[in-house]
Amino acid sequence: MGEGALKDGIAAGRLGADQYAANFTDLHPPLDRHEAFVEADRCYFCYDAPCQNACPTSIDIPLFIREIVTDNPLGAAETIFEQNILGGMCARVCPTEQLCEEACVREAAEGKPVKIGLLQRYATDIAMAAEAQFFTRAAPTGKRVAVVGAGPAGLACAHRLALHGHDVVIYDARPKAGGLNEYGIASYKAPGGFAQAEVDYVTAIGGITIETGKILGEHFSLSELAGRFDAVFLGLGLGGVNVLRADGEDAQGVDSAIDFIADLRQAADLATLPIGRKVVVIGGGMTAIDAAVQSKLLGAEEVTMVYRRGKEQMNASGFEQDLAAAKGVTIRHWLAPRRIVVRGGEVAGIELSYMALDPAGALKPTGETTIIACDQVFKAIGQTLSTDGEGVQLAGGKIEVDAEGRTSMPKVWAGGDCATGGDDLTVTAVAEGRDAAESINRTLMGL
Amino acid sequence: MADLRNNFVGIKSPNPFWLASAPPTDKAYNVERAFKAGWGGVVWKTLGEAGPPVVNVNGPRYGAIWAGDRRLMGFNNIELITDRDLQKNLQEIKAVKMAWPDCAVVVSIMVPCDEDSWKAILPLVEETGADGIELNFGCPHGMSERGMGAAVGQVPEYVEMVVRWCKQYSRMPVITKLTPNVTDVRKPARAAKNGGTDAVSLINTINSIVSVDLDSFSPNPSIDGKGSHGGYCGPAAKPIALHMVAEIARDAETNGLPISGIGGITTWRDAAEFMALGAGNVQVCTAAMVYGFKIVDEMISGLSNWMDEKGYRTIDDFVGRASRNVTDWQYLNLEYITKARIDQDLCIKCGRCHIVCEDTSHQAIMKEKNGVRHFEVMDNECVGCNLCVNVCPVEDCIEMVALPPGTIDERTGRVVTGKYANWTTHPNNPMRKSVEPAE
Ligand SMILES: Cc1cc2nc3c(=O)[nH]c(=O)nc-3n(C[C@H](O)[C@H](O)[C@H](O)COP(=O)(O)OP(=O)(O)OC[C@H]3O[C@@H](n4cnc5c(N)ncnc54)[C@H](O)[C@@H]3O)c2cc1C
Ligand SMILES: Cc1cc2nc3c(=O)[nH]c(=O)nc-3n(C[C@H](O)[C@H](O)[C@H](O)COP(=O)(O)O)c2cc1C
Ligand code: SF4
Ligand code: SF4
Ligand code: SF4
Repeated sequence: MGEGALKDGIAAGRLGADQYAANFTDLHPPLDRHEAFVEADRCYFCYDAPCQNACPTSIDIPLFIREIVTDNPLGAAETIFEQNILGGMCARVCPTEQLCEEACVREAAEGKPVKIGLLQRYATDIAMAAEAQFFTRAAPTGKRVAVVGAGPAGLACAHRLALHGHDVVIYDARPKAGGLNEYGIASYKAPGGFAQAEVDYVTAIGGITIETGKILGEHFSLSELAGRFDAVFLGLGLGGVNVLRADGEDAQGVDSAIDFIADLRQAADLATLPIGRKVVVIGGGMTAIDAAVQSKLLGAEEVTMVYRRGKEQMNASGFEQDLAAAKGVTIRHWLAPRRIVVRGGEVAGIELSYMALDPAGALKPTGETTIIACDQVFKAIGQTLSTDGEGVQLAGGKIEVDAEGRTSMPKVWAGGDCATGGDDLTVTAVAEGRDAAESINRTLMGL
Repeated sequence: MADLRNNFVGIKSPNPFWLASAPPTDKAYNVERAFKAGWGGVVWKTLGEAGPPVVNVNGPRYGAIWAGDRRLMGFNNIELITDRDLQKNLQEIKAVKMAWPDCAVVVSIMVPCDEDSWKAILPLVEETGADGIELNFGCPHGMSERGMGAAVGQVPEYVEMVVRWCKQYSRMPVITKLTPNVTDVRKPARAAKNGGTDAVSLINTINSIVSVDLDSFSPNPSIDGKGSHGGYCGPAAKPIALHMVAEIARDAETNGLPISGIGGITTWRDAAEFMALGAGNVQVCTAAMVYGFKIVDEMISGLSNWMDEKGYRTIDDFVGRASRNVTDWQYLNLEYITKARIDQDLCIKCGRCHIVCEDTSHQAIMKEKNGVRHFEVMDNECVGCNLCVNVCPVEDCIEMVALPPGTIDERTGRVVTGKYANWTTHPNNPMRKSVEPAE
């Protein structure tokens, strides 16, 4: 039996310490001052800028880039944080190639958009390192708001409510605040404990108390909260994981990609994390990519992503797919899991059906099957709401909200992944949390 | 193959690209490197009178302004004339001229404004075998405080007087270098001509403060917390120089006086523009100081290819071809009516043309059509000002198109006549004359 990378089965310590460190550093190293000036100079300061319109939080991108050019990075950071208080995390994790940078006119002009994400990071890093706070709270209103979930939606909502002078208590089920910023985002996108530093930066405005380990539905009910507070915001995210409905799903070695990533994010020493020699990841979204890439980075020898439809239908962006390929992940399309091949209670492989669209456009197995040998399988086939809604109306498995984030229940708003509307992205969660806060403020203040 | 050989007031050089009197021509070492690199001639860094040489500041003497990506656009200096011993310079000039007989070596001179000083230095320079002299009436800082340089160049009577002495006490061709720090450059040019100068060269540097240090509140370059105005040059100065060259070229009194064009010349195209406006050759300082001597390769190749393309065999074939098209505003054709046209295939939809026209011009560019982002000129508002062309980041994306005769200008509702008509005969002109042709 081999050692390290070649060790069969699921094993820890496949790599040397240096290798772990190298594999999990910043995916995109930050721009230094010179690089930022050169890049910022490329911006045309567009009118009604397409990049800004493509940003879910509508950051005034031409303005903040101009502030960078004129060596006013704190001004740039203020411009960013005015719209998006989690501008630091968004600068790291936004799929810019599908958002602002896709819309950048230099993409049309020469196929090379201005590197908006990296410039945003340049400005926000400087401001956060300087602990520069740009916002002061309005006079206290005496109103109290409960926010459930300390992810991007909850944090953005809490910050905006605190700004308007309300007092906020955030409850979160997990031991740490940050939501998927802390437990989900790929570790090479936000290394160095950035998620916690950002929670501190956001809450430094004052008026926000975070209570971790407090679970809605267990420690209190929604109606209880609504009774105790003037308003409630639900930013629960999607805690549940879809079931595969394939034989052998409970075998040793079949795991949730989300749990795997959370463990990875929380690991004090990556060498203690076990990973299979041959890993199969089921799914076609960002989570699947992140699980596959990080399996590879932990030292798995072979990582295969299987997705039941074609490349075009994958939720993961072209950039993410290329990243996976560059890291050595094999992506296979038109394959759906049929059963897990189990030997001695452990995973030995996965049997997959070839899929195709029938003339009516429905996805159907072709009848042919194949087996990929593996010792670990990660499921990344989508997340679901972990609660039954506690009385608020659901739609399509999410909490139904209107354009302002109001739910069917009076005094209760919702936003982020748990709520209808928008893509499941960090930046969208921030936008929805912020806008719900404005709506709550208008309601509480009778505006 | 175009023939780039240049004959400027009898001074021959293999090409029209000379290095202007400045640090690149301060000593034999630099000048020989320049000739090796292909420069056609040099004007040696300005010599002063015999005796202890001038001293320069020992702190920073240059400053600059930059465009995007730190591309140097304007350059400024508080340097004086040569701070090397006169005899040493003369010996080097003699040796260099002997070693490089085919390249032009002109010597720049600046001595006090009295006859004896000029009488003393001229034979010394003539003895070197140099091809000619250039009178530095332009240095705007330091030397002017001592009654030399621009202090002479700003008084036409002094210019004429000194030129006269030089022609009297020397057989060498005299080029009079003019300062731009005057309200009307034609006055000193006429004076130089009256004094008998063989040519003028222009421009020397422009009075300037290039920037202010916002921590110390000192102008830059800062010498121990203080600054003094310096001479401004480089690409940003080119338009000022072009105008002054054109004014001299088309002035009735100085028309035909040879001109050596200087000021911001960085590429072959800049050089060709100066020559088109009447310069018989050009001099370069800043571009060499920013990029090194090698840039002359590009200038030679570019000018030569352009001349081949246009069918100009020699430089004389195109020198002055643009000066006849420089006229007074009052003679411009008011019946020439243009409209901006946006090439929708080239447009990248940055919206800049729209916002500048909307905010600062004539509200003539729409930003939306059928609910989508779209930029198109509305002829009924467009005055043809060219602002949108100037701000568009895509070259040739917006073009100014002249309305053909017979069509209607939608802005005024008037039919385009296709006939020439200018302000001198315009009905709104209270001093209008009967029809008069352009100059
Ligand atoms: C693996 C992975 C990678 C991703 N990568 C990216 C990326 O690169 N870029 C990007 O833009 N987006 C990415 N996303 C999506 C992004 O993380 C989410 O869209 C975003 O975090 C949603 O924010 P949220 O605040 O709505 O929910 P979450 O971040 O999920 O936060 C919800 C919070 O609510 C808490 N909670 C849940 N239920 C309860 C309860 N009953 N009681 C109390 N607290 C509760 C949770 O503990 C959690 O802290 C990724 C998602 C995953 C899963
Ligand atoms: C550092 C420096 C020193 C100069 N010294 C002289 C000089 O000694 N004599 C002179 O006639 N002009 C001098 N000039 C002016 C240049 O010869 C030239 O006229 C001017 O720089 C404009 O040309 P440019 O834009 O190509 O630099 C100097 C210019 C610079 C930048
Ligand atoms: S679209 Fe591109 S060039 Fe235009 S403002 Fe945005 S970043 Fe700048
Ligand atoms: S030429 Fe002037 S008026 Fe016409 S569209 Fe352009 S900016 Fe507007
Ligand atoms: S400035 Fe040029 S590229 Fe930009 S919208 Fe106008 S025409 Fe298009």
